[in-house]
Amino acid sequence: MVGIISYGVYIPFYRLNRAEIARAWDSYAMPGEKAIANYDEDSLTMAVEAARECTQGIDIQGIDGVFFASTTAPYKDKQTAATIATVLGIKKDAITVDFGGSTRSGPNALRMAMDAVKGGSAKSILVCAADTRMGYPTGMNEMNFGDGAAAVLVGNEGTAAQIEDTYSIYEELQDFWRSDRDTFVRSAEDRFIVDEGYNRVVPQAVSGALKKFKLTAKDFIKCIVYLPTQRQIAGVVSKLGFNPATQSKDNLFSAVGDAGSAMALMSLVQALEESKPGDRILLSAYGNGCDVFSIKVVQSVQTNGNRKSLAQYLASKKMLSNYNKYLRWRELVTVQPPPRPAIEYRHVGPQAQWKENDKELRLRGTKCLNCGTPQYPPQRVCVTCGAKDKFEYYPFADKIGKLTSFSHDNVMATIDPPATVAIVDFEGGGRIRLDMTDRDPAECKVGMPVKQTFRKLFYVNGIYNYWWKCTPRM
Amino acid sequence: MEGIKDKVAIIGMGCTKFGENWDQTVEDMIVEAVYEAYQDAGVDRKDIQAGWWGTCWAADTAQVACGPTKLAYIPFTRVENACATGTESLRGACYAVAAGAVDIAIAIGAEKLKDTGYMGLPQFQGYPSWSWRWCSETAPSNYAMMATSYFAKNKISMEEGKKLLAQISIKNHHNGTLSPKAHFQKEVTLEQVLKAPIIAYPLGLLDCCGVSDGAAAAIVCPADMAKKFRPDPIYIKSLQISQGPREGYLSQIFDYAHVEETRRASAAAYREAGIKNPREEISCAEVHDCFTITELTIYEDMQFSPIGKAREDIEAGTYALKGKLPINPDGGLKCFGHPVGASGLRMMYEMYKQLQGKAGPRQIKNPRIGLTHNQGGAPGAATVSVAIVGNELG
Repeated sequence: MVGIISYGVYIPFYRLNRAEIARAWDSYAMPGEKAIANYDEDSLTMAVEAARECTQGIDIQGIDGVFFASTTAPYKDKQTAATIATVLGIKKDAITVDFGGSTRSGPNALRMAMDAVKGGSAKSILVCAADTRMGYPTGMNEMNFGDGAAAVLVGNEGTAAQIEDTYSIYEELQDFWRSDRDTFVRSAEDRFIVDEGYNRVVPQAVSGALKKFKLTAKDFIKCIVYLPTQRQIAGVVSKLGFNPATQSKDNLFSAVGDAGSAMALMSLVQALEESKPGDRILLSAYGNGCDVFSIKVVQSVQTNGNRKSLAQYLASKKMLSNYNKYLRWRELVTVQPPPRPAIEYRHVGPQAQWKENDKELRLRGTKCLNCGTPQYPPQRVCVTCGAKDKFEYYPFADKIGKLTSFSHDNVMATIDPPATVAIVDFEGGGRIRLDMTDRDPAECKVGMPVKQTFRKLFYVNGIYNYWWKCTPRM
Repeated sequence: MEGIKDKVAIIGMGCTKFGENWDQTVEDMIVEAVYEAYQDAGVDRKDIQAGWWGTCWAADTAQVACGPTKLAYIPFTRVENACATGTESLRGACYAVAAGAVDIAIAIGAEKLKDTGYMGLPQFQGYPSWSWRWCSETAPSNYAMMATSYFAKNKISMEEGKKLLAQISIKNHHNGTLSPKAHFQKEVTLEQVLKAPIIAYPLGLLDCCGVSDGAAAAIVCPADMAKKFRPDPIYIKSLQISQGPREGYLSQIFDYAHVEETRRASAAAYREAGIKNPREEISCAEVHDCFTITELTIYEDMQFSPIGKAREDIEAGTYALKGKLPINPDGGLKCFGHPVGASGLRMMYEMYKQLQGKAGPRQIKNPRIGLTHNQGGAPGAATVSVAIVGNELG
């Protein structure tokens, strides 16, 4: 039966206490904190990281498709799923699709992946969802939203959880929206959304689903209801006959914030991590309608043991010292330009990017077949023995590295100075010079273990340039 | 391999005041340096038979040098070899003379950094084939990483390391006070160096060389012709360049605590010049102190101090103006700044004056052999030139 083979999440390292936002604006603070993508992250990079967690120990070559769901894809006109597939090294004849349009796009992608596997056109599809939505400064959405990503591998062999059935309804309703001219998400008046949105649409969908599934509330150990407003969840869940205290406990709103398209899948991953075989989970996600899934856990996920769990992501964090840092990272304030050449000199040609896809997006180097030295970037003439064109390709993205040297550079033009530059030496050989991100400058030292993370380098002339950085391995 | 020892002599040199030359164009500075060199050599514009012109950012073509000087209808070549560009220019002129292709050649180097409006060096031009997918890099952090590794490797705490590097800055600033052509002619104290703002951790502002404008020029001819022009020509003993294959960027073999190209270039230069014991035989040297850590590693890489022992010589004052082996007697890049194309020739200007006994208040006693070390690129991927000159043949 079709189901979920593996799953993973990504939560950015930085968190902003909502009280800091309230302090900046002299306003009311919602409880908890929100996850903040670093300045070098976006929905694409976070989706890559979640996908890397999800595919730990999985044969990448066996994946038949990559679906990406987000309302904040880097491009309006250019596919993100193809970039993610390239970074991961997915086979060329895979189907790649971008989903968007509402925060239900994550569950939409899950549903479509399920249908593709059921229909027999794919054996497994990797569904990635990520969002980095922005609310207007001073508004409730700004407090409410958080950044995050989730990925699930859907297939019909070796599933950890079966997707027993699904049910969807649509609803044309202007509750949350962001037009092609907007930076910030707009929303209708609260009472309207509660009455005509949450309290009407979700019960309609869930009761329709239970009827179709021939199940009742007590058949589920957990009921996940994704709503953009946390405080309405308990009311909606109670109305459906579930116990909010035992069946619908959720700490992601207070620890991460509303991660949009990724939120329902992040909650699902959390439920799966906490589940045992035999548990049944009801997943429902609101957004211009509602998708409902009945998911039954059959076994624990097969993994190589390196996968970082959602619980571990929640625990690994650094609080932003102040709200201004968020404004700076999102380039919402104009800051003093550095006395250095403007970033525009780093224009990237599409031709230059394309020919470097394998080497740079995948961090793929070479290993000399004569002397065995791994090297990056790929070398035709070996740096150690001088052998010409005697190499095999060698992946560096998951290799364990350590700092041989570093510096914190205050003159490099960057959104968040200082730029920490590092010499990274890898177990098994090879060296790469990488920027270091998600680091505390005071804690950097020679010999420190690091791992690689996919990041956005800069944006020039309408092109986002992505590559890899290193980050402390915790 | 014969080399060019004692085949070529420098018969005239010129050097502008280095600094914030707001009222001068690069052409003005070229004319000034070139005419000082003519006067010094006792030659005329029409005596020059070929020219080499080195710059990184002042111009794309050789016309920028022969236009203002009216060095007309002779072979003229623009060269670039990163921060070793000035020495590269001299190498071209010397090789042409050594080959017998011409008798009198000129080497010119100049840079106009202050008009860029930047605090540091400008960026090299991006090319359409560049994807720009690499790590952040500026000269300060490239060299700062060498300090981080050097301290870690030699078990020197960051605090002690900073104090050690400060001694180099203090020494060079002192020498700069005796150099009328230096950009900075001011003493600095230990406290000032240690408290200076961090540019690239662990290097502070006073660990970094200045950013300046300047130009310099040298006129060369066959050694056996030199005394026709002046009684005290300076002879080229060796002129070597070592270009790294970026090995240190790719391979763990590089420890980030030295510059391999400096070791290779100096070894080749000592061989060409017939120098067996550099610490004893070299009278004084101008080296590429773009950052204090660079000068520290140069002491070891050029065999002045044993590997890992630079600290003992720094603390003993070995490299001070009155020490056993004075390094950067004119104040170095620290006080002259680093107008890239000009630096290598500015260093040679100091060695030339020292060997002629014309270095004024900073004159070293009875020098015989002088050395210049000019470095481009970064640790792990550098271009290093080493030139050795002497005031006697043989």
